[in-house]
Amino acid sequence: MATLNVNGKVVEVSADESTPLLWVIREHVGLTGTKYGCGVAQCGACTVHIDGQAVRSCAVPLSAVTPEQKIVTIEGLSPDGSHPVQKAWLALDVPQCGFCQPGMIMAAAALLSQKPRPSDEDINAEMTNICRCGTYNRVRAAIKLAAEGGEARRG
Amino acid sequence: MTTALELSRRHFLAGSAAMGGLSLGFHVPFAGEAAAQGAAPEINAWVVVKPDDTVVVRIARSEMGQGTLTGLAQLVAEELECDWSKVTTEYPTPGQNVARNRVWGSFSTGGSRGIRESQDYVRKGGAAARMMLIQAAANQWGVPASECTAAKSVISHAASGRTVTFGQVAAAAAKLEPPKDVTLKDPKDWKIAGKPLKRLDTADKLTGKQVYGMDLKLPGMLNAAIKDCPVFGGKVKSFDAAKIQSMPGVRKVVPVGDSAVAVVADTWWQAKTALDALPIVWDEGPNAKVSSETIAEMLKAGLDSNDAVFVGNAVGDARAAIATAARTVEAIYSYPFQNHACMEVMNATALYTPERCEVWTPTQNGEAALAAASEASGLPISKCDVHKIHLGGGFGRRGAVHDWVRQVVAIAKEMPGTPVKLIWSREEDMLHGRYHPVTQCRLVGALDASGNLTGLHMRISGQSIVAGIFPQNLQNGRDTVVFQGLNPTGPEAAIGYTIPNLLIDHAMRNTHVPPGFWRGVNLNHNAIYLECFMDELAHAAGQDPLAFRRKLMAHHPKHLAVLNAVAEGIGWGSPAPAGVYRGLAQTMGFGSYVAGAAEVSVSDDGKLKIHRIVAATDPGHAVNPDQIAAQVEGSFVYGLSACLYGECTVKDGRIEQENFDTYNVLRMDEMPKVETIILPSGGFWGGVGEPTIAVAAPAVLNAIFAATGKRIRSLPLKHHDLRRA
Ligand code: FES
Ligand code: FES
Repeated sequence: MATLNVNGKVVEVSADESTPLLWVIREHVGLTGTKYGCGVAQCGACTVHIDGQAVRSCAVPLSAVTPEQKIVTIEGLSPDGSHPVQKAWLALDVPQCGFCQPGMIMAAAALLSQKPRPSDEDINAEMTNICRCGTYNRVRAAIKLAAEGGEARRG
Repeated sequence: MTTALELSRRHFLAGSAAMGGLSLGFHVPFAGEAAAQGAAPEINAWVVVKPDDTVVVRIARSEMGQGTLTGLAQLVAEELECDWSKVTTEYPTPGQNVARNRVWGSFSTGGSRGIRESQDYVRKGGAAARMMLIQAAANQWGVPASECTAAKSVISHAASGRTVTFGQVAAAAAKLEPPKDVTLKDPKDWKIAGKPLKRLDTADKLTGKQVYGMDLKLPGMLNAAIKDCPVFGGKVKSFDAAKIQSMPGVRKVVPVGDSAVAVVADTWWQAKTALDALPIVWDEGPNAKVSSETIAEMLKAGLDSNDAVFVGNAVGDARAAIATAARTVEAIYSYPFQNHACMEVMNATALYTPERCEVWTPTQNGEAALAAASEASGLPISKCDVHKIHLGGGFGRRGAVHDWVRQVVAIAKEMPGTPVKLIWSREEDMLHGRYHPVTQCRLVGALDASGNLTGLHMRISGQSIVAGIFPQNLQNGRDTVVFQGLNPTGPEAAIGYTIPNLLIDHAMRNTHVPPGFWRGVNLNHNAIYLECFMDELAHAAGQDPLAFRRKLMAHHPKHLAVLNAVAEGIGWGSPAPAGVYRGLAQTMGFGSYVAGAAEVSVSDDGKLKIHRIVAATDPGHAVNPDQIAAQVEGSFVYGLSACLYGECTVKDGRIEQENFDTYNVLRMDEMPKVETIILPSGGFWGGVGEPTIAVAAPAVLNAIFAATGKRIRSLPLKHHDLRRA
């Protein structure tokens, strides 16, 4: 049994401690918004926040997470899709298939919480998620829109 | 139907109704079924209007990100004259389509055909529904239908000032005979179609609510991981299930066909962990020695051979023109295998009982998935169904071949009554793709003394996708799709040049690596071969590449129009910013005319930067300009990923690249600015998802030549040193 704090709730999970956090979240906590894309920290589809930092959850074993650490998944970013990043994404119709988008949004929210006015270089450096549909230009535009649209609060 | 199945189906429906489907993680699959059974009045197969005026538009094609769902709904809503803000959509199942005499037509979603091949009948569906709703209102008022009009889901009778909403007359309309004659609007009168409306399917993609196949949860479901023999054509010799049987969560180790083994466990991670620990001995079969080098040798031999050669386009006598030319130019190009690498790996869930087989899966062709489920289960189609789920990318991988559906059904058959979800690992997905075909091409051009192109021979040697997937569609052995963008004429993919002596032929050389329809299909390499070689010819003739092309395009005004548009957009002929160089390309495919122009720079240490691409497309009619722009941008990411990095190599009969660490793709930092010019000239319906992909690479490669003097003739670019010679 391990204790996790996910989206503000304390949950008990019984998974082998080597299980990647991604699969703990998907299969034990039951939140499937966090996606599996590669399993080797390459694509960012599995991005969640741990204490406000964007983390690729496929590369974090359950044993590395403490009960005190605050894990936030896409489901917990806002109660109703009203986070500035989500609003900007909606305004610009960013997603195509959408599969990479939870990871993109979590990475963008973390970036904005640390750099409320990111430059193109900041965006290039932090947003290394893969989108096979090719939404990169809209992702960039939406990050800038979210940055202009007011404070990006910590997700 | 067994009790277990009935129970579980009721459970899903109940869960769906009570919890908006969220408790079970999905609600789409059965909504269509409930509606089809009469829960809300179905005006016709395409349109359901609920008492609260919600309009449900049925969508037979699949949504995989390309926006077809929204586009098709726009076309139906346009004719229906409904309130766009009240429109929702649902997928009918392929089983319902079969049961209803294929009332929804084809489910196939590939070849950029989703909209262009169903626009006529879906618009008629919307128009017929509008006429029935108006008739119902007229009947209620006792006035002629011709005195009534519909707008924004409200029917009005101007003379008496009466109005009624669609929802109020839907039940009566549903009982009327459908009209026999339906007239469609002139696209110039469109108010909903043709407009850059927001997609209908965005909100849930921002909150994690959107359920993909991989996310599906069914009561009592188990999870499976699978390994197929990494050498195509190989088999399982043996495996030692006892070694993993006691690992956590493991329920069953199942041989799948004669080439694969699956582990079924409580969770997928347990299944994968156990599978990785399972000792498997492969019989690698006859292909264990094949490598990229041996394949390249075979293709190279095809460049000169007369065996299995098929002609795609012949005008005059190209060989004679070349033999007598003042000057000839010759080059050999090649294009590698590539994996689709959809962001969502292949997956499906199946529930099998001896009486019925149901599959939930992201598929580009629900009917083909249904056929696969039927074959794999041994049950007739009437006892099977497939529930489609939004795709996490398709790009052609999820359309023609449903290998993963056959696998999941085979596994579920071993565990009757228990739903099993099969998810491929990324490694499995990379090793068992249906790859972009591998080809080489020799081009020989004849120039006269004034630098005019008098003859061209283009010999393509390589794989045929049709031979690999639909051999029954070969015409006397010939694969006509190989000549995409090179056909003499036709509405689909005609060449844009008039060359007095022309021979384009294909030496079919198939490999053991299975080919597939990969976004852009054969247009990708054909456009690189022809458009880069046109550049070579222009330079050899000492002419501007745009002017050289224009001389050959007088009889191809639509090809020329898009080329001119990108030339103007990029500023061709005017000075580029310091250090920036330009290239361009044009082609036709999937019924649309497209062109691209790129601006690149190459640093002293050979680093490429693609600054900007201007794209133009003439798809005839533009149903949603904003989504077209999204498709053009996306196609460039796909095409430039292929150009820069995309390559699957073969060693010991198997693909070497197993994940994104060795199969890199374009990311945000490398993404150029994209400007999209949409030039819908009307009178035809072309596709949008694919054609522009084909001009990205040749435009960039031609710009690289302009920047460096280096002519790149083999992909990917990562193998080339771009430092100026
Ligand atoms: S799944 Fe974690 S980075 Fe790809
Ligand atoms: S939207 Fe499809 S992978 Fe990014």
